[in-house]
Amino acid sequence: MQRISELIRTRAGELLESGAADQILGWENGGLAYDPTPAFFTADNVAGLVYNSFCGINLSKYLIEKTKGKESGKVAALLKPCDTYSFNQLLCEHRIDRDKVYVVGVGCSGMLDVEKLKARGFKGIKGIDEKDGRLTVHTLYGDKSCPKREVLMERCISCKGGGHVACDEVVGEELTPDAAGNRFAGVEKLESLSPDDRFDFWRGELSRCIRCNACRNACPACSCNKCVFDNSRSGMAAKANSDDFEQNMFHIIRAFHVAGRCTDCGECSRVCPQGIPLHLLNRKLIKDVNELYGDYQAGAAPDSRSPLISYTQGDAEPDVIYERGGAR
Amino acid sequence: MQKLPVSRLPELFARIDGMKSLYLPVSAGGRLQFGRWTTGTAYDPSRMNTVKSAKDFFFPQSEDLVFFRSKGKELSITEAKDPAEPFVLFGVRACDAKGLEALDRVFLSDPVDTFYAARRENGVVVTMACAEPEETCFCGAFGVDAAEPGGDVAAWLAQDTLYWQSRTDKGDALTAALEDILEDADQRDQGAFAAHKAAIKAILDDLPLNGLSLEGFGGDALEALFGSDKWPALSQACIGCGTCTFVCPTCQCYDIQDFDTGRGVKRFRCWDSCMYSDFTLMAHGNPRTSQVERFRQRFMHKLVYFPANNEGMYGCVGCGRCVAKCPAFMNIVKVIRTLGVNAHAR
Amino acid sequence: MLVDQVRIRDMLIPVLGVVTDIRADTPDVKTFRVNAPGGGVCFAHMPGQCAMLSIPSVGEAMFSITSSPTNTGYMEFSIKKCGCLTDWLHQMDVGQQIAIRGPYGNAFPVETALRGKDLLFIAGGIGLAPLRSVINYVRHNRENYGKVDIVYGARTADDLVDLEEIKTEWDRPGDVNVHLTIDREQQGWDGNVGFVPNFVKSLAFAPDRTALVCGPPIMIKFVLAALTEMGFEKTQVYTTLELRMKCGIGKCGRCNIGSKYVCKDGPVFRCDELDDLPDEY
Repeated sequence: MQRISELIRTRAGELLESGAADQILGWENGGLAYDPTPAFFTADNVAGLVYNSFCGINLSKYLIEKTKGKESGKVAALLKPCDTYSFNQLLCEHRIDRDKVYVVGVGCSGMLDVEKLKARGFKGIKGIDEKDGRLTVHTLYGDKSCPKREVLMERCISCKGGGHVACDEVVGEELTPDAAGNRFAGVEKLESLSPDDRFDFWRGELSRCIRCNACRNACPACSCNKCVFDNSRSGMAAKANSDDFEQNMFHIIRAFHVAGRCTDCGECSRVCPQGIPLHLLNRKLIKDVNELYGDYQAGAAPDSRSPLISYTQGDAEPDVIYERGGAR
Repeated sequence: MQKLPVSRLPELFARIDGMKSLYLPVSAGGRLQFGRWTTGTAYDPSRMNTVKSAKDFFFPQSEDLVFFRSKGKELSITEAKDPAEPFVLFGVRACDAKGLEALDRVFLSDPVDTFYAARRENGVVVTMACAEPEETCFCGAFGVDAAEPGGDVAAWLAQDTLYWQSRTDKGDALTAALEDILEDADQRDQGAFAAHKAAIKAILDDLPLNGLSLEGFGGDALEALFGSDKWPALSQACIGCGTCTFVCPTCQCYDIQDFDTGRGVKRFRCWDSCMYSDFTLMAHGNPRTSQVERFRQRFMHKLVYFPANNEGMYGCVGCGRCVAKCPAFMNIVKVIRTLGVNAHAR
Repeated sequence: MLVDQVRIRDMLIPVLGVVTDIRADTPDVKTFRVNAPGGGVCFAHMPGQCAMLSIPSVGEAMFSITSSPTNTGYMEFSIKKCGCLTDWLHQMDVGQQIAIRGPYGNAFPVETALRGKDLLFIAGGIGLAPLRSVINYVRHNRENYGKVDIVYGARTADDLVDLEEIKTEWDRPGDVNVHLTIDREQQGWDGNVGFVPNFVKSLAFAPDRTALVCGPPIMIKFVLAALTEMGFEKTQVYTTLELRMKCGIGKCGRCNIGSKYVCKDGPVFRCDELDDLPDEY
């Protein structure tokens, strides 16, 4: 990781110097061992650019604001393979001005989930070293160790693979995480439950929702200028869940709003402070879309059309809900 | 000071819950939150960092204020019922207890917020010294001593003994009600107790965020900080979600909304966030139209305006929740380090 | 003289009020008269203070009380139609009951700093509403104050609020001097034509007065500049600010300008106090 980080920093410096980019969108160190923050760099501070195994944040969404105005400057964005799917999807939706972005693909062998480290009881983390697929975590309470693959982010376990789907150049090599999971395993498990058990599962999870809006604000598919939940005329604008129904509905509505556009980037689950596995809702809808309309990956190309907004003769008929829906 | 063998904790909890509803940190979905004690709920002293702070119990996320019914041109107004449930919070961190003091300043100052006041009256706060502080903790910067927590009763769990020290009249009353189960601590316990506190202090000294300096902040720092050119860079990663405000023990901004239930209109108040774009939106304009301004407002409030209005007391207690939960890893520590006179780098 | 404050449980809980009169002042401003259901006022107030009016499920907003507290018979609000709640209020009929709570905010220092002074009121458009409370208080206690001049302007003659009252009751040359102006020539208007700040300058008031200014932000800005040019110190000029408010008691955190809350430390501010506040309003 050290090596690729240096390569990226050098390349960023070159891009700035040559004028190929006016700014670099990447990460800078936080105060701890695992909190790199998104930041924009120019020649003055590009030395602070970092890239490590905690750079899970999907940077593509920051490009919406950045490319919105009339300034003609170009941003070189460091995008991991999964980020590039969101980038393409945002291009489909005309949210990003492609001409103002220079995509620098960075290889990724999987990002780490600090919550998984904490779940193992690793607390008081002061520093983390990575070597040969093993992590050594230096804590206030002694050194701990674990295999990297066991604390990868959920999204990395079922990495789409295949490298960057949008980029102007790749720095370093394309990598793949050391994990090969079934993307829909979690969904299949829930589908196998009885409706009551499934409802209990979701109530158990969603009752913890605090309507902090982190999931919505982090989601690249949520970019409405006026979100329906912020619109006092929609009847659904509330800053707090008044009851169970609202706790459920916020997430179900959001899942439907992004259906067909969700690239499965996993940011929603990463940012939820309560650890609600929101990605399962979105993966369920992805699975359904795949089954009803044929396999579809949002953001695979900058001009792909979601099956939900394009009609073809082979589309499932509406009465399919009588076979699939309800108690099953 | 009193003490109790750890083995008798379930008994203590049962006794307390028999008098008032007992809440303590419980695990839910892999995260910690305050939940109601029931028989069999285990208390894990090594896990104290709840996702949300104790402020929920006194300033709930959503609270009914008043009910309206209208018939033609007539209107009737009914006040919401008093939240009269007496309760005990166990295992509250020192930082959260200090956070309650900050909220008291706001809600209990004239005119008193009777909803908050009633809950505060009904609640007894039993704090616990943090045996294992986390890397995100920096309460020391704000004058909070994790080894000497406040609240109504302070508690320490050292090896197999729970130590119990009342701090207020309310704490005295609770202690008196438990006097048959709590034992008196004596000279021999002092040694173990002191060793436990010393161990905590050693860890506090070793925290990555230790030594954070607040020089350059305070009630007089308005001019120096408001116009700083560092705010744009500081705020550029902020996605305006409001998570920081919801997990923060001292944030108390709220909104008042009406909800038409179909059988009358319920007026309630709920948490709001200065990070939201419509927070200050009026019919004819918005004084804060950009995220930079909103971001600046939050931190100016915590580090300058609040101390200006509250004799130097800061609007932050160093609990570290914003450090742990911000989706973009922004937090008050970064703001302090970037804008403070003596940026402490480690 | 002042009615006992109705005892209420919490300053967030409203009481009932009933709208007993509605008067259309201008095409988009109406003045509403509110009484307690049994008659009289819902609560006492001092000039400059405000109240929260609401229609359940439509909205709640802060309005300055335009009637003087010396009027114990009723309370009046002059409200401009510009949003959800105000639209609803404008369509309302007499007899409608509403929810009202207050009073909120500080008041103009009518019993302290303003007593004995020569006063200069400068208002623009709907900005006359809060000042009207002070003007009528001063008129009712005339002997406690020095010279009184009122400069009031609006875009057109049709946008002048309370014109009837101004003409028939306020305008007493020598006692209470009224100076009206409109922005542009209009048929049927033979008074001054010109923007308020220029009009103020042309009237050449001596800078030993205390000025009370209220109107659109842009007008306030230019009036302040004009007054400064005329030799007025910022300590002699008062104004009233407005931000979105929810609680009215300085707790919900919404209406702050720096460390001051407009609902509690304001809305009345002396202009030197504004210099200490960040430019965020």
